[in-house]
Amino acid sequence: MVAGFDERNPELKRAMEDIKEIQRKIYPPMVEGEHTFATVTDKISDVTLKRKTPFHWFIGFGIAFIIAQVLLFTIMYLVTTGIGIWGNNQPVGWAFDIINFVWWIGIGHAGTLISAILLLLNQKWRTSINRFAEAMTLFAVACAGMFPLLHTGRPWLAYWMLPYPNTMGMWQNYRSPLMWDVFAVSTYATVSALFWYVGLIPDLATLRDRAKNPYFRFIYAALSWGWRGSARHWHRYEIAYLLLAGISTPLVLSVHSIVSFDFSVSQVPGWHATIFPPYFVAGAIFAGFAMVLILCIPLRHWYRMKDFITHTHLVYMGKVMLATGLIVCYGYAMELFFGWYSAAQYEVFMIKNRIWEGPYWWSYWLLILCNGMSIQLLWFKRFRESEFWLFLISIVVSIGMWLERFVIIVTSLHRDFLPSSWAMYSPTMFDWSMFLGTLGFFFTLIYLFVRFLPIISIFEVRTLLPDANVHGHHQDFEEMVNEVEIEHIDKDKGKVS
Amino acid sequence: MDKKIYGLMAEFDTPTELVDAARQVRDAGYKKTDAFSPFPLHEIDEALGIRRSILPFLVFGGGVVGLLAGLGLQWFVHVWDYPLIVGGRPHFSLPAFIPPAYELTILFAAFVAVFGMLFLNGLPQPYHPVFNVERFALATREKFFLLIEAKDEIYDYEETRKFMESLNPQEVFDVEE
Repeated sequence: MVAGFDERNPELKRAMEDIKEIQRKIYPPMVEGEHTFATVTDKISDVTLKRKTPFHWFIGFGIAFIIAQVLLFTIMYLVTTGIGIWGNNQPVGWAFDIINFVWWIGIGHAGTLISAILLLLNQKWRTSINRFAEAMTLFAVACAGMFPLLHTGRPWLAYWMLPYPNTMGMWQNYRSPLMWDVFAVSTYATVSALFWYVGLIPDLATLRDRAKNPYFRFIYAALSWGWRGSARHWHRYEIAYLLLAGISTPLVLSVHSIVSFDFSVSQVPGWHATIFPPYFVAGAIFAGFAMVLILCIPLRHWYRMKDFITHTHLVYMGKVMLATGLIVCYGYAMELFFGWYSAAQYEVFMIKNRIWEGPYWWSYWLLILCNGMSIQLLWFKRFRESEFWLFLISIVVSIGMWLERFVIIVTSLHRDFLPSSWAMYSPTMFDWSMFLGTLGFFFTLIYLFVRFLPIISIFEVRTLLPDANVHGHHQDFEEMVNEVEIEHIDKDKGKVS
Repeated sequence: MDKKIYGLMAEFDTPTELVDAARQVRDAGYKKTDAFSPFPLHEIDEALGIRRSILPFLVFGGGVVGLLAGLGLQWFVHVWDYPLIVGGRPHFSLPAFIPPAYELTILFAAFVAVFGMLFLNGLPQPYHPVFNVERFALATREKFFLLIEAKDEIYDYEETRKFMESLNPQEVFDVEE
């Protein structure tokens, strides 16, 4: 900036302010408030290290933990008695166990989307939400994994699903989508855990260097593997992180595609459709963003993280939810179209049965209300920019996505090809307690995570600060404007003289 | 001096200062150098003359091994060890074998990416002389450090220290072994 320039040409000054305002609108700052490397570090790590555990943490954790005991009890009863305590039976052999499995695994997808796909697309706003979104992925996958495992009826023999040489001479059938699921979900859980942990290493080193308590210091030191922020280490670290993002992207798309193969590879009317993989993936991201919003709206209030999880973040997430929600609505429309266009009597019957002739018609319309109608509010700025509405719509969408799986699974199965085998399905108390229990388990893990690990990636937020740019190499916008200004002055001077 | 010196370390306040200093250190002919920052700095690679890591090739290799392992496993199970016709498909039904092979490709590549990175970085390494500098704890918070090791060919305690002080650091520390 040239000294005394502003007074000389107020018009240019105003023009520059306008440019800055436009820049702010196109690229809103991802960190608000006056922050330095030190304040960012302290603010995020103090939640773990210094600040007294807030009272609401104990309340929330307590409630979640008690509900998690419901899961423990249900599993104990289930394992000692058998899966007959659930409501699924022929012809609805898959019910709550698969509904909840698909629901939970779908929720996980948003975490990987945020951490991997948005990294590849260079979306800076992922930086402050990726850590807990990835944690959410891990915990959601842990909840998801329990359902098929327990649905086997003999979970202690679950290792039979893994290929190992055994005296029974028994091998798995790799032509089955259920076997693909084993590989997809276990790979997904492993890679998500690796990705999350690699992202944590530099922040664990920060905690190690800042912790006063020697025990915590030791634990964080052990977990950070002696990270010291060396330039050579960062170089390889960044390559590894980017490659992990690169391979997680096809992974996350494949996982829900394979989950949808469980259905679409079969012949059941309502399942056998080519739209399933993209429609399931979009639904997964839709549900996942709803869960990210459900978690981050209270989190930014309770832990005063509004500088890092800004209003802009919420608006962006709202927009992603709207976009993926519309893809899901397109999927609903295509399901109907496929049913009609197939001209197969079973498909046409299934559509009619699902929408108005069958006993579960209400679930279909509730689903359309939750997933189709509610998100239309997000077209409007007023709803998109209101935390309250975003939170409410997210809860409605989570319910809607659960109903979607209910509709797909139960309405397709309960009346299939043979009218003599038609039957009704209703969940038992233990179906509900199992589902509720996983919610408790999920939130217990979330509460522990918030207490013991940095909820926002500290080192990545540091890179968002203007101070993080090395000057003299690539110009930032302000420098460019200044140069243009100087050119203008020279021109003006030329005219005058 | 009783204590053995591992090297000399200079502290800087901003990444720009660190990169400028690193460039001067490289131009002065020092080879055994390192920089420490609280977040990745892309400019430092060129400034310190860090060569591109071979990690991407290892990860690619991991992916190829994963793919072959996946296809090999399924071939072994369905063609060699226990050939059984399921659903009227050929013994080696490639389309159906793609999902597990695909997932194993990703799994192996991810393992190589993470553990390869840690291995090449020499981690876990609980002890390192740089931790002996008390102010170094700030390298994970806000400060930037530049290190010249005593092993360097043109290292000379007095000379190097004088040179480092000419780089405008906040302070220059002796790093004890």
